[in-house]
Amino acid sequence: MSPWREKMGSTMAGLRVDEGVLLRWLKLDPWLVFALLLLLGVGAVTVFSASHQNMAQMVSLGARIGMGLVLMLVMARIPPTVYQFWTPWLFAVGVVLLLAVELFGHVGKGAQRWLDLGFMRFQPSEILKLAVPMMAAWYLSLRALPPRPLDILATLLIIIVPVVLIMLQPDLGTSILVAAAGMFVLFLAGLSWKYITAFAVALAGLIPLMWQFGLHDYQRQRVLTLLNPEADPLGTGYHIIQSKIAIGSGGVSGKGWLNSTQSNLDFLPEGHTDFIFAVFSEEFGLVGVVVLLSLYLFIILRGLYIAVQAPTVYGRLVAGSLSLSFFVYVFVNTGMVTGLLPVVGVPLPLVSYGGTAMVTLMAGFGMLMSIHTHRPFMAAR
Amino acid sequence: MKPVAAVARTAGGNNVAAWRVQMALKFADWRFWLVIGLFFLLANTMLWRAMYLKISEREFLEKQGEMRYERVQEIAAHRGRILDRHGEPLAVSTPMESVWVNPRDLGVDVDRLPELAQVLGVDLGKLKTQVLRHADKRFMYVKRQVTPEVGAAVRALRISGVNTQREYRRFYPTGEAAVHVLGFTNMDDEALEGIERTYDDWLRGEPGARRIIKDLHGKVIETGELIREARPGNDLTLSIDRRLQYLAYRELKAAVQLNMAKAGSAVLLDVRTGEILAMVNQPSFNPNDRGSLRPNLARNRAMIDNFEPGSTMKPFAVAAAMQTGKYTSTTPIDTHPGYMRVDRFTIRDHNNYGLLDVTGVIRKSSNVGVTKMAMSIGPEKLWALYDALGLGKAPGTGFPGESSGRMLHYRDWSGSDIATHAYGYGMSVNTLQLARAYSVIAHDGVMMPVSFLRLEQPPAGEIVLNPAVAHSVRTMMEEVVKRGGTGTKAQVMGYRVAGKTGTAHKSQGGGYAEDKYVAVFAGMAPASNPRLALAVMIDEPTGGSYYGGQVAGPVFAAIMDEALRTMNVPPDALPEPDVVPGVMSVTAPNAAPNVASGAAQGAAVKPAQPKAGANVAIKPAAVVAVKDSATQGGLH
Repeated sequence: MSPWREKMGSTMAGLRVDEGVLLRWLKLDPWLVFALLLLLGVGAVTVFSASHQNMAQMVSLGARIGMGLVLMLVMARIPPTVYQFWTPWLFAVGVVLLLAVELFGHVGKGAQRWLDLGFMRFQPSEILKLAVPMMAAWYLSLRALPPRPLDILATLLIIIVPVVLIMLQPDLGTSILVAAAGMFVLFLAGLSWKYITAFAVALAGLIPLMWQFGLHDYQRQRVLTLLNPEADPLGTGYHIIQSKIAIGSGGVSGKGWLNSTQSNLDFLPEGHTDFIFAVFSEEFGLVGVVVLLSLYLFIILRGLYIAVQAPTVYGRLVAGSLSLSFFVYVFVNTGMVTGLLPVVGVPLPLVSYGGTAMVTLMAGFGMLMSIHTHRPFMAAR
Repeated sequence: MKPVAAVARTAGGNNVAAWRVQMALKFADWRFWLVIGLFFLLANTMLWRAMYLKISEREFLEKQGEMRYERVQEIAAHRGRILDRHGEPLAVSTPMESVWVNPRDLGVDVDRLPELAQVLGVDLGKLKTQVLRHADKRFMYVKRQVTPEVGAAVRALRISGVNTQREYRRFYPTGEAAVHVLGFTNMDDEALEGIERTYDDWLRGEPGARRIIKDLHGKVIETGELIREARPGNDLTLSIDRRLQYLAYRELKAAVQLNMAKAGSAVLLDVRTGEILAMVNQPSFNPNDRGSLRPNLARNRAMIDNFEPGSTMKPFAVAAAMQTGKYTSTTPIDTHPGYMRVDRFTIRDHNNYGLLDVTGVIRKSSNVGVTKMAMSIGPEKLWALYDALGLGKAPGTGFPGESSGRMLHYRDWSGSDIATHAYGYGMSVNTLQLARAYSVIAHDGVMMPVSFLRLEQPPAGEIVLNPAVAHSVRTMMEEVVKRGGTGTKAQVMGYRVAGKTGTAHKSQGGGYAEDKYVAVFAGMAPASNPRLALAVMIDEPTGGSYYGGQVAGPVFAAIMDEALRTMNVPPDALPEPDVVPGVMSVTAPNAAPNVASGAAQGAAVKPAQPKAGANVAIKPAAVVAVKDSATQGGLH
């Protein structure tokens, strides 16, 4: 029994049975739903301030939240076995769409990421955020665990093909997130420490090569900027300096809602999207940051709990990978905004005003709930 | 762990599946804990980072932020007015606005420059080139000192990067008539010359400051807290009388034009207080039109330029001689044969005047006579009086560039210097010094400090000349303007005038130019109880006549005439009834108490100002007509 249901039951005794039945039918996890709604609320409130109280943007944000919630409801209703069955197809479609983007995608902000479907623009790399860990889990769940060298190679292939395609767009941020999601599956599947060490060494060896050939100039610049943002305060270091000013001047208690000077005076670029953490931090202070991080912590722990409880290898790997990816999103974004990590285009999950990323995340949480609520013993309870 | 057991139990039926799950869980157990540990570590890193920025770095980052959005904006202070002695404005500051652009913030609004050009009435092409040239700058004036209405219209355009700023523009209602005295300020309200500069600390207010918040584009978002209010400057009341200033300027300008002179100046002093009532110069310019400014035109020649006073010094030489007791006004002086040798120079009179008395020496302006008198008393006594009269010394008004004139100490005089000093050569003065020296004779030997400021009480004077001598020299000087004197053109109807002409060759290249003169007339009126002292200097008249009496005398008469009547000074030389019949004989007794009280109480007591209109009845019809024309000229 969740406390939420208890509360509903005690206040609306007459509806108690109906509520329980409805919830069970919806296959939702009340803990996650509660935390997610809270997070979305924080996001809406902050976007309102960061977008200079732009109502048109709020309407569009509301539409996306609605779309995400609907998708979450639908995804939660679909049993994990269905996902498992359709995984290879989803993966294939995702890779084909990536190729389509490469060939006739829409160019926006210097990168080719979008596919114009006529009624909306759509980023196929978003599908891969889910499809890659699903595919890796699908493949590994068919093999003996811990994975043997050939299985590892096959899994790596599954990961690398879409990651390279996304990197070519170029979208370093998403490719890293997709790669991380896939690697988490391998890790959770029981990849031996031998291989982990080997990977780490190989990665260390690859970094100089990547630096030389794998990165675009602007990406290299971002990394250099991280190391010394003051070197070019008007150019690439500008974002970081402005966001650090915002976070620092918020202090412990914050300046209060709608009072972010850095955002209101336009000094902070992308205040309502990638850099929303800075606005939030300026307005709500350290107190707000602790609350926000706790909320994220709670969601991730709940996700990991769901993974531990998952009855199948597939469900377990997918749930674990999605939870950890979520954590990576949070850390990469906050790390970049606070100047710990280089600037890569990763929004703050569920808080940033961001198009498809939010919808994908909600879909992922729907799947997570499905994995939890479709366990065999759930019916027996 | 409980979940593991639960899974194992429920999945127990399927052996293969159970094995796989169990294997996975076995690996997973510690891997999950590792992941969770790592997760907490990173979450704490974030928290630490946030705390570092928000607590340790807070002050620095806040300052950085303020540097970016906060500016301290100066609030222009209202400069004090300059008023004439009756409170009429001579210099006033009116609020204006300046339009400036931050070219970097124009952005797409660069397309709206035509709107701006139209509102401001500036050339669009010029504006565009100007903006292009300052493309990498953050500040550029588009137009300064536009009216507040235009400023509001510019703000209403709401073009980003276009701003307005409050300023004050100095306006001088008296225009070219008083610019030399008042001086002027520049576009930034900084005093450059004249009274503006002398009393800048008094006139200038203290600019206020306001904290303002600007956004990234330099647009003022919020005019925040007032740091300090602008403190307006103080008003300054001058001794200048606007009406007298106007009329003196008008007469001087006319004379300079008539005589095709290079320059000229005139100074009118209140004899009893030392106040400067008018000080005018030619050439001039209009300070309200900055484009017309040339340094040469801005100079207050009356205080800055020196000239050799020539014969206008003779009354002082005579006074110095009379002070010794050796001479009276009737002491005979033989000027035969009209020239004499002093050292290796020959001193000449205009004619051979033969035997003259001291009055005759003044009336005829005899160089020989005055030289003989001066030589009989010796250089020290002559120099002592000149020095006491303030010659060779700056008047001490604090006016920028105030000159002291030039006079050697008598110990440095060579053989002929006593002669030249007696008739005003070999030394130089400015017009103010000359007027002031004459005011001493007018004030019965008492010298007053000169003042540009209106005085509530006349200051303490200093007796520098025997009052009896001053009186008799004044009486002698009245002969100058009478028939047979050199300055008949300086007569003023209804008033007795005492004065002296001066016509000096201009020094040039170590000698004297044959054809370049300075024409001077200095004097006072009414002679019976002088109120005003006036010195007029015309530099290089080329219109045919160059004598002081011919060139400067009429200017003196015109200014003095109107000044006396404007100030309601009672006439002391009432014309015979047949000249202006009727009115005078009837009303003269009414005026008598006024005259009597002024005379009886003397200089030390400030005389009661005659009530306006009190003496109107006694004015001859001719004078009333003059006053009317002045009224039409906009003097009131």
